[in-house]
Amino acid sequence: MNKQLTIEEFVASLKSGMTIGIAGWGPRRKPMALVRAILRSELTDLTIVAYGGPEVGMLCAAGKVKKLIFGFVSMDAIPLEPYFRKAREAGTLDILELDEGMLQWGLKAAAFRLPFLPTHVGLGTDVMTHGGFKTVQSPYDDGEVLLAMPALKLDAALLHVHRADKLGNIQALGPDTYYDEWFARAADRTFVSAEEVVDRMDHSYPEDARANIVERCFIHGVVEAPLGAHPTSMPPSYGWDMKHLKSYADSAREDGGWDRYFADTIGADEAGYLDRVGGKDAVAALPLPIF
Amino acid sequence: MTTAPEFTLCEQLIVAASEAWRGNGELVATGIGPAPRLAAGLAKLTHTPELMMTDGEAYLVEDPVPLGPRGYDDRKAAGYLPFSRFFDAAVWSGKRHAMVTPSQIDRFGQTNISYLGGTYDQPKVQMLGARGFPGNSICHINSMFVPAHSKRIFVEGEVDMVSSVGYNPARRTPGVDFSRVDLRLIVTDLCVMDFGGTDNAIRVVMLHPGVTFEQVQEATGFALEAASEITETPAPTAEQLAIIAQLDPHRLRAGVLKDNPAGKRS
Repeated sequence: MNKQLTIEEFVASLKSGMTIGIAGWGPRRKPMALVRAILRSELTDLTIVAYGGPEVGMLCAAGKVKKLIFGFVSMDAIPLEPYFRKAREAGTLDILELDEGMLQWGLKAAAFRLPFLPTHVGLGTDVMTHGGFKTVQSPYDDGEVLLAMPALKLDAALLHVHRADKLGNIQALGPDTYYDEWFARAADRTFVSAEEVVDRMDHSYPEDARANIVERCFIHGVVEAPLGAHPTSMPPSYGWDMKHLKSYADSAREDGGWDRYFADTIGADEAGYLDRVGGKDAVAALPLPIF
Repeated sequence: MTTAPEFTLCEQLIVAASEAWRGNGELVATGIGPAPRLAAGLAKLTHTPELMMTDGEAYLVEDPVPLGPRGYDDRKAAGYLPFSRFFDAAVWSGKRHAMVTPSQIDRFGQTNISYLGGTYDQPKVQMLGARGFPGNSICHINSMFVPAHSKRIFVEGEVDMVSSVGYNPARRTPGVDFSRVDLRLIVTDLCVMDFGGTDNAIRVVMLHPGVTFEQVQEATGFALEAASEITETPAPTAEQLAIIAQLDPHRLRAGVLKDNPAGKRS
């Protein structure tokens, strides 16, 4: 068993029209190397499910997104994602706007192979009105009416972690792993990029097994991508590149801004990406964000 | 306690806002934005030490984390509350009181941070999306901080997209338990309001020195009620100002209100 893939093999295993969940949270620990591979591909008509950050804006700008299922899209210090905004204000995106908690609840329903999970959340708001959600009544004495959050079944999920092995054992370090494990369990196939891929986790990092956020039966492909979260943060290894995110955001205000960003930064391949954004050493030294 | 010689209006608002958490006990006090965050820290360091608080990233702290640049490891973790546990442990369990700054607020206390104008399919101005507002509002206590009280924020009709639940009877789906909807304070640059009016109507309870009820009404898109006795917003004490200064060493609070006006006492 060897789940290691090249980034080209990874992107070749996806198909247009798929529903793809992107783990991480806003500008934090996003699988950006994998996203860039999608940006460079012919893939189109994707449904993207995310706690969105710059990856959502980039995929929208590149015309890859048919439908977006989201709890928010933000880059934290730059609260409003400019390309997401453009796409929304142009009316070109099909959307399902969720509460943050509903999103993880829908992933859990999919993971548990349930059609829905009940929740209070969304009731009384326009998330309910516009989302077309249905309610269920508790069969017990309370008779309470609850929103039935449908399963958010994913064709594929993308994660970026610190370490993976060729069997699909992964370790995500850092203070928070968000809902990454549920993206993985909600998906038919999960692809993980990692700062480092080793042969066997038990031979290399057995002391950190508690960082194994999701079991390897849910992991189908592993891609080595050092600094692969750039420009998003990857604590404790490196911080987000706010200077880069700012210039990316500024490009949205210029004519042809996205095309220039794509040509100068995303570029033709991942191999040269780190050189185009200032070099390996500079990215690795980005300070952790302060909240 | 002595009253401090000089203070800004923002500091006066921070002190007023900290009252939102008085006596809340052991729950997570979340202040989103510099002034609400300072208010939460002030509450914990003065009248309600039981409050829980995060470092804004993943850890629970007992010493509120100062705003702005600092050493990453300066904050000392006492507990752990990452986003991956946040809905289980703080939001859906009701163990939280958040103070937020919505883009729109209506007479029912419904708020909007999703989009302004246009339609769901093509908004005029896209904002963040509903974030956690639907869940926050139906699960735990909420308060609001409004740095520029105006009809653009306090809108005449319903908000453009109801991101958080309020007390609108028309949106009370039969059979749904709305009993946990609990809106407390709205602190603005003109006044302090609560939801103690008729059928939870928004009611002015404090006016900042020099501000009249009529002035507040004029800046609000819907009819306000007045508490039977409207009091004047108190001036901060020297102790409160010292704590605020300690929690905001880079004076980020100076940018919260336009032109950072001085506070007043009567």
